[in-house]
Amino acid sequence: MNGFQWDWAFTWEVLPMILSAAKVTLLATLLGSIFAIFMGLVFALLRRSNRGVLRISVYWVVEFIRSTPLLVQIFFLYYVMPEFGISLSPLATGVLALGLHYGAYLSEVFRSGIDGIEKGQWEAARALNLSLLDTYKDIVLPQAIRPMIPATGNYIIAMFKETPQLSAITLLEMLQIAKIIGSENFRYLEPFTLVGILYLVFSIAAAYGIHQVERRFPKEGFSLK
Amino acid sequence: MEFGEIVSVLLQGAIVTIEIVAMALPLAVVMAFSFGLIRLYAPAPFKQIAIFYIEFFRGTSALIQLYWIYFVLPFFGITIDAMTAAVVALGLNIGSYGTEVVRGAIQAVPKGQYEASIALNLTASQRLWRIIMPQALVNMIPPFGNLAIELVKATSLVSLITIGDLTFKAKSLADTTLQVGEIFGVVLLFYFVIAQCLVFFIRRLETHLGKGLGRGGINS
Repeated sequence: MNGFQWDWAFTWEVLPMILSAAKVTLLATLLGSIFAIFMGLVFALLRRSNRGVLRISVYWVVEFIRSTPLLVQIFFLYYVMPEFGISLSPLATGVLALGLHYGAYLSEVFRSGIDGIEKGQWEAARALNLSLLDTYKDIVLPQAIRPMIPATGNYIIAMFKETPQLSAITLLEMLQIAKIIGSENFRYLEPFTLVGILYLVFSIAAAYGIHQVERRFPKEGFSLK
Repeated sequence: MEFGEIVSVLLQGAIVTIEIVAMALPLAVVMAFSFGLIRLYAPAPFKQIAIFYIEFFRGTSALIQLYWIYFVLPFFGITIDAMTAAVVALGLNIGSYGTEVVRGAIQAVPKGQYEASIALNLTASQRLWRIIMPQALVNMIPPFGNLAIELVKATSLVSLITIGDLTFKAKSLADTTLQVGEIFGVVLLFYFVIAQCLVFFIRRLETHLGKGLGRGGINS
Protein backbone atom coordinates (compact mmCIF):
# COMPACT_ATOMS: atom_id res chain seq x y z
CA MET A 1 0.00 0.00 0.00
CA ASN A 2 2.68 2.44 -0.93
CA GLY A 3 0.85 3.95 -3.86
CA PHE A 4 -1.67 6.01 -1.93
CA GLN A 5 0.03 9.30 -2.36
CA TRP A 6 1.35 10.99 -5.43
CA ASP A 7 5.14 10.96 -5.23
CA TRP A 8 6.57 14.01 -6.98
CA ALA A 9 10.21 12.89 -6.67
CA PHE A 10 9.33 9.64 -8.44
CA THR A 11 7.34 11.58 -11.04
CA TRP A 12 10.34 13.73 -11.98
CA GLU A 13 12.52 10.65 -12.05
CA VAL A 14 10.35 8.77 -14.56
CA LEU A 15 9.19 11.70 -16.69
CA PRO A 16 12.36 11.87 -18.87
CA MET A 17 12.12 8.13 -19.65
CA ILE A 18 8.48 8.43 -20.65
CA LEU A 19 9.15 11.55 -22.72
CA SER A 20 11.92 9.81 -24.66
CA ALA A 21 9.49 6.96 -25.38
CA ALA A 22 7.03 9.59 -26.63
CA LYS A 23 9.36 10.02 -29.61
CA VAL A 24 8.69 6.41 -30.63
CA THR A 25 4.95 6.94 -30.25
CA LEU A 26 5.02 10.10 -32.35
CA LEU A 27 7.24 8.50 -34.99
CA ALA A 28 4.86 5.53 -35.30
CA THR A 29 1.92 7.93 -35.62
CA LEU A 30 3.66 10.08 -38.23
CA LEU A 31 4.78 7.19 -40.43
CA GLY A 32 1.46 5.42 -39.86
CA SER A 33 -0.54 8.42 -41.01
CA ILE A 34 1.55 8.91 -44.15
CA PHE A 35 1.04 5.26 -45.05
CA ALA A 36 -2.67 5.43 -44.10
CA ILE A 37 -3.28 8.45 -46.34
CA PHE A 38 -1.56 6.65 -49.20
CA MET A 39 -3.56 3.43 -48.64
CA GLY A 40 -6.77 5.37 -48.17
CA LEU A 41 -6.30 7.06 -51.51
CA VAL A 42 -5.53 3.73 -53.19
CA PHE A 43 -8.62 2.06 -51.70
CA ALA A 44 -10.81 5.04 -52.57
CA LEU A 45 -9.66 5.17 -56.19
CA LEU A 46 -9.99 1.39 -56.59
CA ARG A 47 -13.56 1.63 -55.36
CA ARG A 48 -14.27 4.01 -58.23
CA SER A 49 -12.85 1.57 -60.77
CA ASN A 50 -14.89 0.53 -63.79
CA ARG A 51 -14.45 -3.14 -63.02
CA GLY A 52 -17.26 -4.47 -60.86
CA VAL A 53 -15.22 -7.35 -59.42
CA LEU A 54 -12.46 -5.01 -58.29
CA ARG A 55 -14.96 -2.59 -56.75
CA ILE A 56 -16.75 -5.29 -54.78
CA SER A 57 -13.60 -7.01 -53.58
CA VAL A 58 -12.09 -3.75 -52.38
CA TYR A 59 -15.37 -2.99 -50.59
CA TRP A 60 -15.17 -6.27 -48.67
CA VAL A 61 -11.47 -5.87 -47.93
CA VAL A 62 -12.13 -2.43 -46.44
CA GLU A 63 -15.16 -3.75 -44.54
CA PHE A 64 -13.09 -6.65 -43.17
CA ILE A 65 -10.23 -4.44 -42.04
CA ARG A 66 -12.63 -2.00 -40.41
CA SER A 67 -14.57 -4.60 -38.45
CA THR A 68 -11.70 -6.60 -36.99
CA PRO A 69 -9.58 -5.41 -34.07
CA LEU A 70 -6.33 -3.58 -34.71
CA LEU A 71 -4.62 -5.65 -32.01
CA VAL A 72 -5.36 -8.91 -33.84
CA GLN A 73 -4.21 -7.38 -37.12
CA ILE A 74 -0.96 -6.37 -35.43
CA PHE A 75 -0.48 -9.93 -34.13
CA PHE A 76 -1.37 -11.32 -37.55
CA LEU A 77 1.20 -9.20 -39.35
CA TYR A 78 3.85 -9.72 -36.69
CA TYR A 79 3.55 -13.52 -36.44
CA VAL A 80 2.29 -14.55 -39.88
CA MET A 81 4.46 -12.46 -42.20
CA PRO A 82 7.68 -14.25 -41.11
CA GLU A 83 6.05 -17.49 -42.35
CA PHE A 84 6.25 -15.95 -45.80
CA GLY A 85 9.82 -14.91 -45.25
CA ILE A 86 9.12 -11.26 -44.43
CA SER A 87 10.51 -10.34 -41.03
CA LEU A 88 9.92 -6.74 -40.04
CA SER A 89 10.86 -4.87 -36.89
CA PRO A 90 8.08 -4.14 -34.37
CA LEU A 91 8.05 -0.49 -35.49
CA ALA A 92 7.73 -1.36 -39.20
CA THR A 93 5.01 -3.93 -38.44
CA GLY A 94 3.21 -1.37 -36.33
CA VAL A 95 3.37 1.28 -39.04
CA LEU A 96 2.09 -1.25 -41.58
CA ALA A 97 -0.81 -2.31 -39.33
CA LEU A 98 -1.77 1.27 -38.39
CA GLY A 99 -1.54 2.33 -42.03
CA LEU A 100 -3.74 -0.49 -43.31
CA HIS A 101 -6.30 -0.15 -40.52
CA TYR A 102 -6.69 3.59 -40.77
CA GLY A 103 -6.27 3.52 -44.55
CA ALA A 104 -9.50 1.53 -44.62
CA TYR A 105 -11.23 4.20 -42.56
CA LEU A 106 -9.72 7.07 -44.54
CA SER A 107 -10.81 5.52 -47.84
CA GLU A 108 -14.42 6.27 -46.84
CA VAL A 109 -13.50 9.86 -46.07
CA PHE A 110 -11.67 10.27 -49.37
CA ARG A 111 -14.45 8.55 -51.29
CA SER A 112 -17.11 10.87 -49.93
CA GLY A 113 -14.78 13.83 -50.52
CA ILE A 114 -14.31 12.85 -54.16
CA ASP A 115 -18.03 12.10 -54.55
CA GLY A 116 -18.72 15.58 -53.19
CA ILE A 117 -17.20 17.25 -56.26
CA GLU A 118 -19.88 18.58 -58.53
CA LYS A 119 -20.70 16.62 -61.64
CA GLY A 120 -20.11 19.71 -63.76
CA GLN A 121 -16.42 19.67 -62.84
CA TRP A 122 -16.03 16.15 -64.19
CA GLU A 123 -17.94 17.05 -67.34
CA ALA A 124 -15.87 20.18 -67.88
CA ALA A 125 -12.66 18.19 -67.46
CA ARG A 126 -13.94 15.68 -70.02
CA ALA A 127 -14.93 18.53 -72.39
CA LEU A 128 -11.42 19.97 -72.08
CA ASN A 129 -10.06 16.56 -73.06
CA LEU A 130 -8.07 16.13 -69.86
CA SER A 131 -6.72 12.67 -69.13
CA LEU A 132 -8.03 10.79 -66.07
CA LEU A 133 -4.79 11.47 -64.22
CA ASP A 134 -4.95 15.20 -64.98
CA THR A 135 -8.61 15.32 -63.99
CA TYR A 136 -7.82 13.89 -60.55
CA LYS A 137 -4.58 15.81 -60.11
CA ASP A 138 -5.64 19.25 -61.30
CA ILE A 139 -9.42 19.37 -60.94
CA VAL A 140 -10.82 16.94 -58.42
CA LEU A 141 -8.28 16.49 -55.62
CA PRO A 142 -7.42 20.19 -55.18
CA GLN A 143 -11.08 20.91 -54.49
CA ALA A 144 -11.72 17.77 -52.48
CA ILE A 145 -8.91 18.13 -49.97
CA ARG A 146 -10.26 20.92 -47.79
CA PRO A 147 -13.54 19.24 -46.80
CA MET A 148 -11.60 16.06 -46.01
CA ILE A 149 -9.26 17.72 -43.48
CA PRO A 150 -11.41 17.53 -40.32
CA ALA A 151 -12.36 13.85 -40.69
CA THR A 152 -8.83 12.87 -41.72
CA GLY A 153 -7.45 14.74 -38.72
CA ASN A 154 -9.84 12.96 -36.37
CA TYR A 155 -8.71 9.59 -37.65
CA ILE A 156 -5.06 10.53 -37.24
CA ILE A 157 -5.75 11.49 -33.63
CA ALA A 158 -7.62 8.20 -33.19
CA MET A 159 -4.61 6.38 -34.64
CA PHE A 160 -2.33 8.20 -32.20
CA LYS A 161 -4.47 6.93 -29.35
CA GLU A 162 -4.22 3.36 -30.60
CA THR A 163 -0.41 3.31 -30.72
CA PRO A 164 -0.22 1.84 -27.17
CA GLN A 165 -1.44 -1.42 -28.71
CA LEU A 166 1.95 -1.71 -30.39
CA SER A 167 3.36 -2.47 -26.94
CA ALA A 168 1.87 -5.96 -27.45
CA ILE A 169 4.57 -6.66 -30.04
CA THR A 170 7.27 -5.30 -27.74
CA LEU A 171 7.59 -1.85 -29.27
CA LEU A 172 9.00 0.36 -26.52
CA GLU A 173 6.48 3.18 -26.75
CA MET A 174 5.13 5.27 -23.86
CA LEU A 175 2.74 2.79 -22.29
CA GLN A 176 5.19 -0.10 -22.49
CA ILE A 177 7.89 2.00 -20.80
CA ALA A 178 5.37 3.06 -18.13
CA LYS A 179 4.45 -0.57 -17.52
CA ILE A 180 8.09 -1.58 -17.21
CA ILE A 181 8.79 1.28 -14.79
CA GLY A 182 5.67 0.32 -12.86
CA SER A 183 6.61 -3.31 -12.46
CA GLU A 184 10.20 -2.50 -11.50
CA ASN A 185 9.25 -0.03 -8.79
CA PHE A 186 5.87 -1.49 -7.93
CA ARG A 187 4.36 1.96 -8.39
CA TYR A 188 1.92 2.21 -11.25
CA LEU A 189 0.10 5.38 -10.23
CA GLU A 190 2.62 7.97 -11.47
CA PRO A 191 3.81 6.37 -14.74
CA PHE A 192 0.33 5.43 -15.99
CA THR A 193 -1.16 8.77 -14.99
CA LEU A 194 1.69 10.64 -16.69
CA VAL A 195 1.16 8.68 -19.89
CA GLY A 196 -2.57 9.39 -19.74
CA ILE A 197 -1.96 13.12 -19.28
CA LEU A 198 0.61 13.18 -22.10
CA TYR A 199 -1.89 11.53 -24.46
CA LEU A 200 -4.52 14.07 -23.45
CA VAL A 201 -2.13 16.98 -24.03
CA PHE A 202 -0.94 15.67 -27.39
CA SER A 203 -4.49 14.96 -28.61
CA ILE A 204 -5.75 18.40 -27.62
CA ALA A 205 -2.74 20.05 -29.27
CA ALA A 206 -3.25 17.98 -32.42
CA ALA A 207 -6.97 18.80 -32.55
CA TYR A 208 -6.10 22.51 -32.32
CA GLY A 209 -3.44 22.12 -35.01
CA ILE A 210 -5.85 20.43 -37.41
CA HIS A 211 -8.41 23.14 -36.84
CA GLN A 212 -5.77 25.74 -37.73
CA VAL A 213 -4.77 23.86 -40.89
CA GLU A 214 -8.39 23.73 -41.99
CA ARG A 215 -8.89 27.44 -41.27
CA ARG A 216 -5.77 28.52 -43.16
CA PHE A 217 -6.41 26.24 -46.11
CA PRO A 218 -7.49 28.21 -49.24
CA LYS A 219 -11.22 27.74 -49.82
CA GLU A 220 -10.87 27.50 -53.57
CA GLY A 221 -8.34 24.68 -53.23
CA PHE A 222 -4.79 24.81 -54.47
CA SER A 223 -2.78 23.55 -57.39
CA LEU A 224 -0.91 20.29 -56.93
CA LYS A 225 1.65 21.35 -59.53
CA MET B 1 -2.97 -29.49 -33.54
CA GLU B 2 -5.95 -30.27 -35.72
CA PHE B 3 -7.98 -27.49 -37.21
CA GLY B 4 -11.16 -28.59 -35.41
CA GLU B 5 -9.43 -28.41 -32.03
CA ILE B 6 -8.12 -24.94 -32.77
CA VAL B 7 -11.60 -23.75 -33.69
CA SER B 8 -13.15 -25.22 -30.54
CA VAL B 9 -10.57 -23.52 -28.28
CA LEU B 10 -11.10 -20.24 -30.11
CA LEU B 11 -14.87 -20.62 -29.75
CA GLN B 12 -14.47 -20.64 -25.96
CA GLY B 13 -12.59 -17.37 -26.29
CA ALA B 14 -15.28 -15.97 -28.56
CA ILE B 15 -17.88 -16.65 -25.86
CA VAL B 16 -15.84 -14.61 -23.35
CA THR B 17 -15.56 -11.81 -25.92
CA ILE B 18 -19.33 -11.84 -26.46
CA GLU B 19 -19.91 -11.84 -22.68
CA ILE B 20 -17.77 -8.73 -22.29
CA VAL B 21 -19.62 -7.00 -25.12
CA ALA B 22 -22.96 -7.99 -23.57
CA MET B 23 -21.97 -6.42 -20.25
CA ALA B 24 -20.08 -3.35 -21.47
CA LEU B 25 -22.65 -2.32 -24.08
CA PRO B 26 -25.49 -1.64 -21.57
CA LEU B 27 -23.04 0.28 -19.37
CA ALA B 28 -21.94 2.35 -22.37
CA VAL B 29 -25.56 3.11 -23.32
CA VAL B 30 -26.43 4.15 -19.75
CA MET B 31 -23.34 6.40 -19.57
CA ALA B 32 -24.07 7.87 -22.99
CA PHE B 33 -27.66 8.78 -22.15
CA SER B 34 -27.04 10.04 -18.63
CA PHE B 35 -24.01 12.16 -19.48
CA GLY B 36 -25.42 13.22 -22.84
CA LEU B 37 -28.54 14.55 -21.11
CA ILE B 38 -26.52 16.12 -18.29
CA ARG B 39 -24.32 17.83 -20.87
CA LEU B 40 -27.42 19.27 -22.58
CA TYR B 41 -29.81 20.11 -19.76
CA ALA B 42 -28.14 20.03 -16.33
CA PRO B 43 -26.98 23.13 -14.41
CA ALA B 44 -23.41 24.34 -14.86
CA PRO B 45 -21.43 22.36 -12.22
CA PHE B 46 -22.88 19.03 -13.43
CA LYS B 47 -22.22 20.06 -17.00
CA GLN B 48 -18.56 20.65 -16.11
CA ILE B 49 -18.31 17.16 -14.62
CA ALA B 50 -19.84 15.68 -17.77
CA ILE B 51 -17.43 17.61 -20.01
CA PHE B 52 -14.50 16.45 -17.90
CA TYR B 53 -15.62 12.82 -18.16
CA ILE B 54 -16.15 13.06 -21.92
CA GLU B 55 -12.89 14.84 -22.68
CA PHE B 56 -10.86 12.62 -20.41
CA PHE B 57 -12.12 9.34 -21.81
CA ARG B 58 -12.09 10.50 -25.42
CA GLY B 59 -8.70 12.17 -25.15
CA THR B 60 -6.72 9.26 -23.73
CA SER B 61 -6.37 5.83 -25.13
CA ALA B 62 -8.59 2.89 -24.17
CA LEU B 63 -5.63 0.70 -23.28
CA ILE B 64 -4.28 3.31 -20.85
CA GLN B 65 -7.71 3.55 -19.21
CA LEU B 66 -7.83 -0.21 -18.91
CA TYR B 67 -4.34 -0.38 -17.37
CA TRP B 68 -5.13 2.50 -15.05
CA ILE B 69 -8.26 0.84 -13.72
CA TYR B 70 -6.62 -2.56 -13.44
CA PHE B 71 -3.17 -1.64 -12.12
CA VAL B 72 -3.59 1.71 -10.34
CA LEU B 73 -6.95 1.44 -8.56
CA PRO B 74 -5.75 -1.43 -6.29
CA PHE B 75 -3.27 1.04 -4.77
CA PHE B 76 -6.22 3.13 -3.64
CA GLY B 77 -7.66 0.07 -1.94
CA ILE B 78 -10.13 -0.67 -4.73
CA THR B 79 -9.29 -4.17 -5.86
CA ILE B 80 -11.37 -5.37 -8.77
CA ASP B 81 -11.02 -8.51 -10.81
CA ALA B 82 -9.86 -8.32 -14.40
CA MET B 83 -13.32 -8.93 -15.84
CA THR B 84 -14.91 -6.03 -13.93
CA ALA B 85 -12.00 -3.77 -14.86
CA ALA B 86 -12.50 -4.69 -18.51
CA VAL B 87 -16.24 -4.05 -18.49
CA VAL B 88 -15.89 -0.77 -16.60
CA ALA B 89 -13.04 0.55 -18.75
CA LEU B 90 -14.63 -0.34 -22.08
CA GLY B 91 -18.11 0.73 -20.98
CA LEU B 92 -16.85 4.14 -19.83
CA ASN B 93 -14.68 4.57 -22.92
CA ILE B 94 -17.37 3.77 -25.48
CA GLY B 95 -19.94 5.58 -23.34
CA SER B 96 -17.94 8.81 -23.59
CA TYR B 97 -18.14 8.66 -27.38
CA GLY B 98 -21.84 7.80 -27.05
CA THR B 99 -22.61 11.02 -25.15
CA GLU B 100 -21.81 12.99 -28.28
CA VAL B 101 -24.09 10.74 -30.33
CA VAL B 102 -26.96 11.35 -27.91
CA ARG B 103 -26.31 15.08 -27.85
CA GLY B 104 -26.03 15.35 -31.63
CA ALA B 105 -29.19 13.33 -32.27
CA ILE B 106 -31.24 15.40 -29.82
CA GLN B 107 -29.96 18.64 -31.30
CA ALA B 108 -30.76 17.38 -34.79
CA VAL B 109 -34.49 17.11 -34.06
CA PRO B 110 -36.09 20.05 -35.91
CA LYS B 111 -36.67 23.08 -33.72
CA GLY B 112 -40.33 23.22 -34.78
CA GLN B 113 -41.00 20.01 -32.85
CA TYR B 114 -39.67 21.62 -29.70
CA GLU B 115 -41.64 24.82 -30.24
CA ALA B 116 -44.83 22.93 -31.04
CA SER B 117 -44.53 20.92 -27.84
CA ILE B 118 -44.15 24.14 -25.85
CA ALA B 119 -47.17 25.59 -27.62
CA LEU B 120 -49.15 22.47 -26.62
CA ASN B 121 -48.19 23.17 -23.02
CA LEU B 122 -46.35 19.90 -22.46
CA THR B 123 -44.12 19.68 -19.40
CA ALA B 124 -40.35 19.56 -19.82
CA SER B 125 -40.19 15.81 -19.26
CA GLN B 126 -43.11 15.15 -21.62
CA ARG B 127 -41.34 17.26 -24.25
CA LEU B 128 -38.17 15.24 -23.90
CA TRP B 129 -39.56 11.71 -23.60
CA ARG B 130 -42.72 11.91 -25.74
CA ILE B 131 -41.68 14.27 -28.53
CA ILE B 132 -37.94 14.74 -28.86
CA MET B 133 -36.55 11.36 -27.77
CA PRO B 134 -38.61 9.07 -30.05
CA GLN B 135 -37.38 11.04 -33.06
CA ALA B 136 -33.83 11.38 -31.78
CA LEU B 137 -33.56 7.63 -31.06
CA VAL B 138 -33.85 6.76 -34.74
CA ASN B 139 -31.01 9.13 -35.58
CA MET B 140 -28.88 7.61 -32.85
CA ILE B 141 -29.07 4.05 -34.08
CA PRO B 142 -26.54 4.14 -36.96
CA PRO B 143 -23.77 5.91 -35.00
CA PHE B 144 -24.49 3.70 -31.98
CA GLY B 145 -24.11 0.74 -34.29
CA ASN B 146 -20.66 1.95 -35.29
CA LEU B 147 -19.77 2.36 -31.63
CA ALA B 148 -20.98 -1.18 -30.89
CA ILE B 149 -18.54 -2.46 -33.51
CA GLU B 150 -15.81 -0.30 -31.99
CA LEU B 151 -16.63 -1.97 -28.68
CA VAL B 152 -16.31 -5.46 -30.16
CA LYS B 153 -12.92 -4.49 -31.55
CA ALA B 154 -11.84 -2.85 -28.29
CA THR B 155 -12.56 -6.05 -26.34
CA SER B 156 -9.39 -7.50 -27.88
CA LEU B 157 -7.46 -5.19 -25.53
CA VAL B 158 -8.63 -7.13 -22.47
CA SER B 159 -6.33 -9.96 -23.54
CA LEU B 160 -3.51 -7.72 -22.30
CA ILE B 161 -4.85 -7.88 -18.73
CA THR B 162 -4.94 -11.70 -18.90
CA ILE B 163 -8.63 -12.28 -19.61
CA GLY B 164 -9.12 -15.40 -21.72
CA ASP B 165 -10.96 -13.74 -24.58
CA LEU B 166 -10.68 -14.58 -28.27
CA THR B 167 -7.43 -12.67 -28.77
CA PHE B 168 -5.87 -14.11 -25.61
CA LYS B 169 -6.71 -17.69 -26.65
CA ALA B 170 -5.33 -17.01 -30.10
CA LYS B 171 -2.09 -15.59 -28.72
CA SER B 172 -1.52 -18.50 -26.34
CA LEU B 173 -2.44 -21.06 -29.00
CA ALA B 174 -0.08 -19.37 -31.43
CA ASP B 175 2.72 -19.45 -28.84
CA THR B 176 2.29 -23.19 -28.22
CA THR B 177 1.35 -24.60 -31.63
CA LEU B 178 3.10 -22.13 -33.95
CA GLN B 179 0.24 -22.56 -36.46
CA VAL B 180 -0.04 -18.79 -36.54
CA GLY B 181 -1.55 -18.45 -40.01
CA GLU B 182 -4.63 -20.59 -39.37
CA ILE B 183 -5.15 -19.31 -35.84
CA PHE B 184 -5.06 -15.58 -36.52
CA GLY B 185 -6.95 -16.06 -39.77
CA VAL B 186 -9.80 -17.81 -37.94
CA VAL B 187 -9.75 -15.17 -35.21
CA LEU B 188 -10.05 -12.31 -37.70
CA LEU B 189 -12.95 -14.17 -39.31
CA PHE B 190 -14.66 -14.63 -35.91
CA TYR B 191 -14.46 -10.92 -35.15
CA PHE B 192 -15.75 -10.13 -38.61
CA VAL B 193 -18.74 -12.45 -38.15
CA ILE B 194 -19.55 -11.00 -34.71
CA ALA B 195 -19.41 -7.48 -36.15
CA GLN B 196 -21.56 -8.37 -39.15
CA CYS B 197 -24.19 -9.98 -36.87
CA LEU B 198 -24.30 -6.73 -34.89
CA VAL B 199 -24.72 -4.73 -38.11
CA PHE B 200 -27.63 -6.97 -39.07
CA PHE B 201 -29.43 -6.48 -35.73
CA ILE B 202 -28.81 -2.75 -35.80
CA ARG B 203 -30.39 -2.43 -39.25
CA ARG B 204 -33.45 -4.34 -37.99
CA LEU B 205 -33.67 -2.08 -34.95
CA GLU B 206 -33.44 1.03 -37.09
CA THR B 207 -36.29 -0.14 -39.32
CA HIS B 208 -38.33 -1.04 -36.25
CA LEU B 209 -37.84 2.30 -34.49
CA GLY B 210 -38.33 4.25 -37.69
CA LYS B 211 -41.85 2.92 -38.25
CA GLY B 212 -44.48 5.62 -38.39
CA LEU B 213 -42.01 8.48 -38.41
CA GLY B 214 -42.40 8.96 -42.15
CA ARG B 215 -38.68 9.03 -42.81
CA GLY B 216 -37.29 8.56 -46.28
CA GLY B 217 -36.44 5.06 -47.33
CA ILE B 218 -38.40 3.24 -44.66
CA ASN B 219 -41.80 1.89 -45.63
CA SER B 220 -44.96 2.55 -43.59
